Amino acid sequence: MLKLPIYLDNNATTPLDPRVLEAMMPYLTEVFGNAASRNHPFGWAAEEAVDYSREQIAKLINCDPKEIIFTSGATESDNLGIKGVFEMYSQKGNHIITATTEHKAVLDTCKHIEKLGGRVTYLPVNEQGLISLEELEAAMTPETILVTIMYGNNETGTIQPIREIAKIAHKHGALFMTDGTQAVGKIPVDVMADGIDIMAFTAHKMYGPKGVGALYVRRKNPRVKVTAQMDGGGHERGMRSGTLNVPGIVGLGKACELAMHEMAADTARLSAMRDRLEKELTTLEESYVNGSIEHRLPHVTNISFKYVEGEGLMMGVKDLAVSSGSACTSASLEPSYVLKALGLSDDLAHSSLRFGLSRFTTDEQIDYAIGHVKEAVTKLREMSPLWEMFKEGVDLSKIEWAEH
Amino acid sequence: MAYSDKVIDHYSNPRNVGTLDKSKKNVGTGLVGAPECGDVMRLQIEVDEATNTITDAKFKTFGCGSAIASSSLATEWLKGKSIDEALAIDNMEIVEELALPPVKIHCSVLAEDAIKSAISDYRVKNGLPALELAHH
Repeated sequence: MLKLPIYLDNNATTPLDPRVLEAMMPYLTEVFGNAASRNHPFGWAAEEAVDYSREQIAKLINCDPKEIIFTSGATESDNLGIKGVFEMYSQKGNHIITATTEHKAVLDTCKHIEKLGGRVTYLPVNEQGLISLEELEAAMTPETILVTIMYGNNETGTIQPIREIAKIAHKHGALFMTDGTQAVGKIPVDVMADGIDIMAFTAHKMYGPKGVGALYVRRKNPRVKVTAQMDGGGHERGMRSGTLNVPGIVGLGKACELAMHEMAADTARLSAMRDRLEKELTTLEESYVNGSIEHRLPHVTNISFKYVEGEGLMMGVKDLAVSSGSACTSASLEPSYVLKALGLSDDLAHSSLRFGLSRFTTDEQIDYAIGHVKEAVTKLREMSPLWEMFKEGVDLSKIEWAEH
Repeated sequence: MAYSDKVIDHYSNPRNVGTLDKSKKNVGTGLVGAPECGDVMRLQIEVDEATNTITDAKFKTFGCGSAIASSSLATEWLKGKSIDEALAIDNMEIVEELALPPVKIHCSVLAEDAIKSAISDYRVKNGLPALELAHH
């Protein structure tokens, strides 16, 4: 029997893999030492676990274990990477380049940098959500210290041309950072081959626990340093103070190890399910897939259903836990800035649904989701005056709407 | 957001969804709202000209659950009412009946606007002056 509601919001967070929990359990109970306690076995056991986790992570992203800085999650990692570079490299320049579709953890940090006197360029994206390499190249200046562009987008799954971006940044003497939150553990991310200098990522998007993440900071060619944003005991090579979250770190390591072994199989299964979901839902007239079809994460699809209002749609698909491009829980009614950056009109952005599949998603759940969404969209369209006008051939843009 | 049972009921089983023949002289149509604001309501009434009574009412709404419920409820209330009684329907009655939260009061305002707009259209079609419609 299918359990409802069905969780298809795995870009927001994933469930904890039971194998990850199992690995964490001893560190929540008997192995409770502080990894910074150097003078007794309790501390040694904790430190050993942390070091093992660094190795598991390093294998997944092809770096040196010493290049991993543990944090509380991707938001902190994004803050540390951007603010840390801005402070550390202030002698060299004050210009940062990012994109309009970045996560708020990057955009709001960049806004903060601007308040501190930094200069930030926000690159636009095309209708697929991709930045233009020519525009990036043109935006580079001798003062540019950092280019930070996300790996895969959280709303659409669009994957940026990371290697080309890194090459352009390096050619102009800037560092390249990426927010790898949605990509690490889902697709092969190789910091050496990709040319990544700094990368933020987190455990809870790859079946690990919440509250733990990491910042990859390159140590060689070039040696990168970021200024700590919290003062304290000088943990993590002086870049991030605070007692290490040992059970969380063990969980992140285990999650990375599982991802490494299961990524290929997960990708094949999830992309097949995602494609089936997408193919079925786009048989509905006037439905559009948002973002790049060619360059995207395997487990995500974002679809707009024209002439259906987003909040009404969310109510209609109450058996599914999905995300909407409509900020419907807030009074603001602001549609998704990511979808708007792709050039979607407000009404199309409002009427979008984001489906994020996971390792635990089943074919049966996808079958149910297809039927449920189709039924809701069809029913709402039968109730929609806009749909009726569209069907009668009325040009909706020509109507003088009474704004309220 | 938690919806009231009445909103859920109207959303799940909307009353009087449909279209009346707007070319008929005794049918008044009100179209209010805007797609970019997230709600558009179309409310129609059919009037028995001899008794000045609303004999039928239909709606179609593009909007959230509260907007759909507000217009569904409005059509239920309109049937059997005289034009004057229909004009007296106040949006706060809709708010109370559906237990709408403050952020959804605009849905009830839109429903009241739709009623008045439909009546005004009916009046104009029958040689009477248009109603002065409040703009929200």
